[in-house]
Amino acid sequence: MAELARNEAPIETIQENEKAISPWREGWRRFKKNKMAMVGMGIVLFFILLAVFAPLIAPYGINDQNLSLRLQAPSKEHLFGTDDFGRDIFSRVVYGARISLWVGFFSVLGSVIVGSLLGIIAGYYGRWVDGIISRLFDIMLAFPSILLAIGIVAVLGPSLKNALIAIAIINIPNFGRLIRSRVLSIKQEEYITAAKAIGMSDARILFHHILPNSMTPIIVQGTLAIATAIIEAAALGFLGLGAQPPNPEWGKMLADSKAYLTQAPWTMIFPGLAIMLTVLGFNLMGDGLRDALDPRMKN
Amino acid sequence: MFTYALRRILTVIPVLLGMSLIVFFMIRAIPGNPAQVILGQKATKEAVEALTHKLGLDQPWYIQYLKYLKGLLTGDLGESIRTGAAVSQEIWPYLAATLELSLAAMFIAVIIGVNAGIISAWFQNSWFDYVAMVLALIGVSMPIFWLGLMEQWIFAINLDLLPTSGREDVRNPIEPITHLYLIDTLIQGNTDQFIQVLQHLVLPSVALATIPMAIIARMTRSSMLEVMKSDYIRTARAKGLSMFWVVYKHSLKNAIIPVLTVIGLQMGLLLGGAILTETIFSWPGIGRYIYEAIGYRDYPVIQSGILIVATIFIFINLVVDLLYAAIDPRIKYN
Repeated sequence: MAELARNEAPIETIQENEKAISPWREGWRRFKKNKMAMVGMGIVLFFILLAVFAPLIAPYGINDQNLSLRLQAPSKEHLFGTDDFGRDIFSRVVYGARISLWVGFFSVLGSVIVGSLLGIIAGYYGRWVDGIISRLFDIMLAFPSILLAIGIVAVLGPSLKNALIAIAIINIPNFGRLIRSRVLSIKQEEYITAAKAIGMSDARILFHHILPNSMTPIIVQGTLAIATAIIEAAALGFLGLGAQPPNPEWGKMLADSKAYLTQAPWTMIFPGLAIMLTVLGFNLMGDGLRDALDPRMKN
Repeated sequence: MFTYALRRILTVIPVLLGMSLIVFFMIRAIPGNPAQVILGQKATKEAVEALTHKLGLDQPWYIQYLKYLKGLLTGDLGESIRTGAAVSQEIWPYLAATLELSLAAMFIAVIIGVNAGIISAWFQNSWFDYVAMVLALIGVSMPIFWLGLMEQWIFAINLDLLPTSGREDVRNPIEPITHLYLIDTLIQGNTDQFIQVLQHLVLPSVALATIPMAIIARMTRSSMLEVMKSDYIRTARAKGLSMFWVVYKHSLKNAIIPVLTVIGLQMGLLLGGAILTETIFSWPGIGRYIYEAIGYRDYPVIQSGILIVATIFIFINLVVDLLYAAIDPRIKYN
């Protein structure tokens, strides 16, 4: 009993010390020092605010048509000009942020959930289960991603929801592989052996110990994946396979602008700029998170 | 090396089989009766039944798959519903167009990307380094369909320097031999047409090259920086060798290995990116072939187009892996 009491004190001290230099706090400290990462976070926050407060920011509704004001150049009344239906492009770009962020976030969330689950199962159980899942990942990665997405949407039918599903599916193997390799290394750790030795169930080990310890690479990869997902959604929209009219989706807006390049280039410039800036923001933030949280992933 | 090569080649077989299975099930995953979906709601019952039979959809799936696989092995890629022609016969001109575009894009990406990376590393933290890396960052985030439209607007519409779209001047069509127009015009010794083809190639290939160029530049820079810190480079400098030789001969030799992998991977990704570029520039390549097939619900063409592009992608990755093992003696595969 006396021995136990002696051992308790140092454990508490260690826990307190760990709190003081928690890896998340340390990561945030490193992230804050990285100027580019902060710029990226600023851009992302800007677009999030734009999406959240769209009804307050946009001066017109997304479908407010005024045919007498078709293809007007940018002016005080219409900051980004108007499109071929006389709709305010600025308002449509602002509302478009909702669609792009929504698709980007939820498609990646879907990939993370399914990919992590498959990766954990493959890594933890090994053998034939791992064989099947890993081969499935190999096959999916053998397709150029946008091509696979096009194929999936061609089957499911063109719509924003189906584009989101397609993008989620094509990104599953990236997360699956990441988590699988993470599980393979964590599995060898002594605390997992200890957990097994005291009779902890597989599910508890997987979800209470292995998954929380795999969070860092998921967050980093997830941020970068949102950037790719936004571009992929816009690409599908551009090809007419994503959002359908009159949704103010940026890719679809670009596709519609093709016919008016000579007369009204502003119909093309602003939605494209919005896609590029959002993607740049997530890329910078993702790079910064990687350097701050998981420097080993750098190369 | 030989065992590794053999094993690596063998791994391609299950991947190809799996891919064919996914592509095979694509058409069967269409909700409802695929034949009805292809022909539209107004189609007669007889027409739907005839197409169901023609596509083999009235047989058990494993028989259908085996027949499909047998067809693939004998070069039968199915028939286009729209044109009625065999896909294997009509696909080459499209494939050649994509190949020409992708190779041109890769050429631009490698020449500019590698050199920008080298100069950035050589003059680390200089204004060139900052500008090049900011541009590379923007390049990675650039939607190529937007860049393509911007190019059209600036260089074709405003400055009238280059053609907006297409692969050739329709008033002066090219007599195809290999369907790779740069080669065809060279064989025919037609300089005017060769220049025309080049002019048509510039805008789409630059658009397609942007992302790989940016990635190659970033990779070359970081790889060069690592190599340039090593002792042997310091020795080379100490011997009095000029910086140009140290950078381009001694450092590049070792730094280029990871870059080669990236180049190979990007070549595969270009094939995917080509679909978007081809749509903007009305480039008659495989991407456009697949894209148009989607509009007509021409599923045999969609299936075969996707399968062919994915197969090329796999073989490019295989070649990259084998080259990687052959070039870098430090890598040992067990």
